[in-house]
Amino acid sequence: MTMANFTVPTVSNTVASTEGLVEKITVQNLDFFYGDHRALKNINVSLYQGKVTAFIGPSGCGKSTLLRILNRMYDLYPNQRATGTVRLDNEDILSPSQDLNLLRAKVGMVFQKPTPFPMTIYENIAFGIRLYEKLPKSELDGRVQHALERAALWTEVKDKLGANGQSLSGGQQQRLCIARTVAVRPEVILFDEPCSALDPISTAKIEELIDELKEDYTIAIVTHNMQQAARVSDFTAFMYLGELVEYGETTKIFTAPNDRRTQDYITGRFG
Amino acid sequence: MAGPTTITPSTPIYAARRRKNFITMAVAYAATGFGLLWLALILIVLFWEGFSGLSLKVFTEMTPPPGSAGGLLNAIAGSLVMTFLAVIIGTPLGVLAGTYLAEYGRYDKLSTVVRFINDILLSAPSIVVGLFVYEIMVAQMGHFSGWAGAVALAVIVVPVVVRTTEDMLTLVPDTLREAAASIGLPRSKMIQKVAYRAARAGMITGVLLAVARISGETAPLLFTALNNQFWSTNLNAPVSSLPVVIFQFALSPYKDWQELAWTGALIITLAVLGLSIIARYLGGQSKKS
Repeated sequence: MTMANFTVPTVSNTVASTEGLVEKITVQNLDFFYGDHRALKNINVSLYQGKVTAFIGPSGCGKSTLLRILNRMYDLYPNQRATGTVRLDNEDILSPSQDLNLLRAKVGMVFQKPTPFPMTIYENIAFGIRLYEKLPKSELDGRVQHALERAALWTEVKDKLGANGQSLSGGQQQRLCIARTVAVRPEVILFDEPCSALDPISTAKIEELIDELKEDYTIAIVTHNMQQAARVSDFTAFMYLGELVEYGETTKIFTAPNDRRTQDYITGRFG
Repeated sequence: MAGPTTITPSTPIYAARRRKNFITMAVAYAATGFGLLWLALILIVLFWEGFSGLSLKVFTEMTPPPGSAGGLLNAIAGSLVMTFLAVIIGTPLGVLAGTYLAEYGRYDKLSTVVRFINDILLSAPSIVVGLFVYEIMVAQMGHFSGWAGAVALAVIVVPVVVRTTEDMLTLVPDTLREAAASIGLPRSKMIQKVAYRAARAGMITGVLLAVARISGETAPLLFTALNNQFWSTNLNAPVSSLPVVIFQFALSPYKDWQELAWTGALIITLAVLGLSIIARYLGGQSKKS
């Protein structure tokens, strides 16, 4: 068995190569409940400014649940609650006084299935901008164009901005959703398996995009695809059965994980 | 026995299944044919009896006294006005209640109660609705009126619109609601700008179906708007309507009244048919997108 040759490093779970990095989101002692079911158990993790953090693990391990806490998306549903602290720039976003709309404007989200709104391509982008800013038409046009450029979609749609957003292909729709998220000028972007409904070419485009976006945003991505996690992320967290098993630099997690379960998962023994 | 089993059409278990299949299919076709036969007969008789009376006069002249010529103008106008008012009153109520059920109250106990009551209202005999409005409006005001007729029809519109609004909003995927929330959209805006837009075709279909439903209602109008032999724009007085005129004229002993009743029935049927086709067309469109 190959495991026999594997030397277990003696350092702690969290790798200490994070000097000089700014913690954008800090999760401490986080538990999450669906009714009585405890779906997340004592999660501690930090997302660093300008870095991409990937969450991997088998289905049902809680990685999407964790992501949906970071913008309080779970609040849309009854009987779901989180305990512990999640700090965004030292502000506890789990506090009941947190304004959810402002939080979500700061922490944007891109979903597994592309979800363009039932309106034109232009409106899909302008809609979010108008929520918080009253801009003259020319400036709004500029913001729409900029957002579509950031999402690498501008050249494909610039001649049909009046077309329905739902008429685009799946990959284009997903980039439209990224543009819509970027247009609101968030600080953090959460990607919840953004490529699992896309073909390989569209996937490559989205991954490229994530790489460009991390200059300006803090990014968290949940993915089932370990190669994808290895390609796009700087840090990786491996989750299993509601627990955060191991968290560290992506290269470290994929080449020399500390935990046996991480090793088994990334080598495809389970999950 | 080695090798694959050979099944032929005469293998007993398979032959029996084929026989059963044939019989069931024959019965299903017969039942369909039987149902469609009556529908076809009704349409044929309507055209046969009503088409000859269809002329411009029907749309330009008032309902006549027995023995003289006339049209259905006052009845058509009365029906249009009361139907229009009923939709104006009933649609906002229905849409708001449907929105509560599908969006705000989705997990509330209250919505189960509201849904149950709405279902009862949906299948309540329309004569009960007529009696109810008679009691609260006609009896209080001391006379029959077009307003009472419109309210009675509105009471029939509300549950239909509540139901379709809720159904159509429930079909809007939650991922779209989450996407709206994810850019910081408040729930009220999400409903107006995203959910309503996604459900629009279905909701309009619901209103059209409600119009189709009330345009043939007679019982609630008998107790409320009654009838009016003459042209009247006063909604505080009795107002004529197509279904009530048909009811009155068809049961009368006069030949020309009976003919006008057939023509009126044909007009209603064609109007409802047209509305249903539009509703189907819109419904089909919403499925495509």
